[in-house]
Amino acid sequence: MAKAKFNTPEFRPYPTIPILKPGVMKGDGPFLAKPDMQEALGFPGELIDDWHDVAIEKMGDLLKKYRSLRVFLDSCVKCGACTDKCHYMIGTNDPKNMPVARQDLFRQVYRRHFTLAGKLFPKLVGAKDLTKDVLDDWYNYFHQCSQCRRCSVFCPYGIDTAEISMAAREILDTVGLGQKYCNEIIPKIYKIGNNLGLPKPALANTLEGLEEDIKDETGIDIKMPLDVEGADILLITPSADFFAEPHIDGLIGYAKVFHQAGASWTMSSYASEAANFGMFIGSYENMRKVSLRIREAALDLKVKRIIFGECGHAWRVGYSFLNTLAGPFDFLDTRYPVPQHICEYTYDLIQKGVIKLDKSANDHRRLTFHDSCNVARATRMGDKPGGQFDIPREIIKACCNYYYDMEPDTIKDQTYCCGGGGGLLTDDLLELRVKGALPRMEALKQVVDDHKVTHMAAICAICKTQFAKILPYYGFQMDTIISVHQLVGDAIVLTTDVKTPG
Amino acid sequence: MRLGCRKRDVFMEFWTAFYAISFYIATFILVFGLGYKIYQYAVTPTPLKIPTTPAPVTNGGVVVRILLEVVFFKSLFRSNKWIWLFAMIFHLALWIVLIRHLRYFMDPVWALVVLAQPFGKYGSFLMLFGLLGLLARRMFVTRIYYISSPSDYLMLFLLLVIGISGVLTSFVTRTDIIQFKAFMLSVLSFDFFSWQAMPTDTMLLVHLTAVILLMIIFPFSKLLHVPGVFFSPTRNQVDNPREKRHVAPWVVKKFETSSAPTSSE
Repeated sequence: MAKAKFNTPEFRPYPTIPILKPGVMKGDGPFLAKPDMQEALGFPGELIDDWHDVAIEKMGDLLKKYRSLRVFLDSCVKCGACTDKCHYMIGTNDPKNMPVARQDLFRQVYRRHFTLAGKLFPKLVGAKDLTKDVLDDWYNYFHQCSQCRRCSVFCPYGIDTAEISMAAREILDTVGLGQKYCNEIIPKIYKIGNNLGLPKPALANTLEGLEEDIKDETGIDIKMPLDVEGADILLITPSADFFAEPHIDGLIGYAKVFHQAGASWTMSSYASEAANFGMFIGSYENMRKVSLRIREAALDLKVKRIIFGECGHAWRVGYSFLNTLAGPFDFLDTRYPVPQHICEYTYDLIQKGVIKLDKSANDHRRLTFHDSCNVARATRMGDKPGGQFDIPREIIKACCNYYYDMEPDTIKDQTYCCGGGGGLLTDDLLELRVKGALPRMEALKQVVDDHKVTHMAAICAICKTQFAKILPYYGFQMDTIISVHQLVGDAIVLTTDVKTPG
Repeated sequence: MRLGCRKRDVFMEFWTAFYAISFYIATFILVFGLGYKIYQYAVTPTPLKIPTTPAPVTNGGVVVRILLEVVFFKSLFRSNKWIWLFAMIFHLALWIVLIRHLRYFMDPVWALVVLAQPFGKYGSFLMLFGLLGLLARRMFVTRIYYISSPSDYLMLFLLLVIGISGVLTSFVTRTDIIQFKAFMLSVLSFDFFSWQAMPTDTMLLVHLTAVILLMIIFPFSKLLHVPGVFFSPTRNQVDNPREKRHVAPWVVKKFETSSAPTSSE
């Protein structure tokens, strides 16, 4: 891996007004996808000759398909409310990382080609032709947006830069400029079933190994079932849960919960991935194709319920889009929402007293919770708005004695992205990832200083990988980041003879 | 009426016809331009559920959410107190001033409009204060300066011209407002080329010209935030994707040949 050629940002002593440093993050953007990977997704292999016309035509097409895009491009009044809200802006001070300026890269072309004012008086209204320079800026800066939606919380019109960056990435793909990280991962799902490219035998082997580990540790037979036809519950979890730290301890936690609840459950090798990078590249078609695998797996395995593991954007696709993309799910048990989040499931069991938790098992840890952006601002858990904040916190508090929230303006719907979301979790964007984590690291530093917090729990595979990588840049231990279900797994009181609840 | 016996010169005839026709054209552009944009927003599908959460889970909740945004600028308040303050002052004052101005378009005058008269007259100063605050932020906050186009300044400038010329007409230069109202009513009753004469005081002409310009620009500019705020899917969607399947027509056409259940909002 290349040595970092950048400086980790300094913690700011108090909230300061950002000083703009134009062009500081200008560059070539992340690595381009290779032609065969582009073609596997139905995109041109490389930048096509008539890219300009194709891009404009695609923009027109998207404007007809997405009300969000049309309304957001028209409505911005340049009030400036969003300009200090993006973590990448805070961490880099590049003005093109201000949400409105990022949108304007797109909006200037929209105005030039799709509005009367932009056609007649381009200079006056800031309209611009789609030149190669502008296209390069698109590729660079729309891959400096993690689609975390923090700007949309603060915009008086709810303008969501994520929608615009998704549209921009789809146009870029259409003209042959795909991002390597996302576009090489999606075909792996089609070919093998998960982002990692972990085939069924390897997956089965991994799960068996985990069962043995748990047996060694607890002395209890806890199953990690794979492709069990007729199981009640299908668990769809990010493939990082199968091998990465600290994700894997979360997976063990889910297994312990299922065991203790006496649940009949299984994972699927065909749909062994909760993540759906189709969302990151703004491709409805790819997002749908990935989602349909979950439907097919549920039908093949004849399950009654679908539960998602800890993954932020997967929960967005699961909660908000799955019913749209791959529904209706009337063949499942209608008493349960489709899908459910593992936190909803665990919380319910805690409420009912089905699982018992020994808080003192986590007494060596002092915890805080990082709200993952997609969970916080694009989904819900439970019946009430805000359940996505309360339920994970209630689970953590049920598992430990020491819990402290970070600053109110950095959590819940104002949470900061970890810095690696939206398809940016790749080493060619490491500088961006480190700098984008600044506001979260500052908030963490404060609870570490004030409350001696030792661990930050999260419910997102990307957050966990990102933090494990960048925590050391800010002087924290990489194992500060922990899965919520690791806490559950460590606190849960396990018994051998589990009664199946009636 | 007394203006009937006043001698009309060519100058006055010309301006009367010019402003009457401009008013018709501007109104036509405003109504149909805005109507077209609203139609366009309404027929453009929303393929996915994208409310910014936590979001209301009922239609009633969505109405409350939109009202809080439209009336109190709730999100802007959370975002930036200074922008909120100036924007709130400007928009509130603008409403009062607009209501007061209705008196020139109706006879008899509604009680509400009569009531708004004193507030509206002095509200114009508040409106100018809000506009100047917004202009100052645009010029002196480097982040906002960076994102501003010439049109962003011109829009504030145009509103300032409207406000200042209005204040001057009201408090300093004065005009024959009774005669202006007669003109306006004759325009509204489509008395083509037999409109009542319009007063031609400079400030009034400046005021009207700027207002007519604003009406024409409205459907082609960022003033589309007015309909936009009601159509923003992140604000107006109900958070119920698991309970109710949400599908857009183009998706059904493209992907689903069977009669999958659909819903529309």
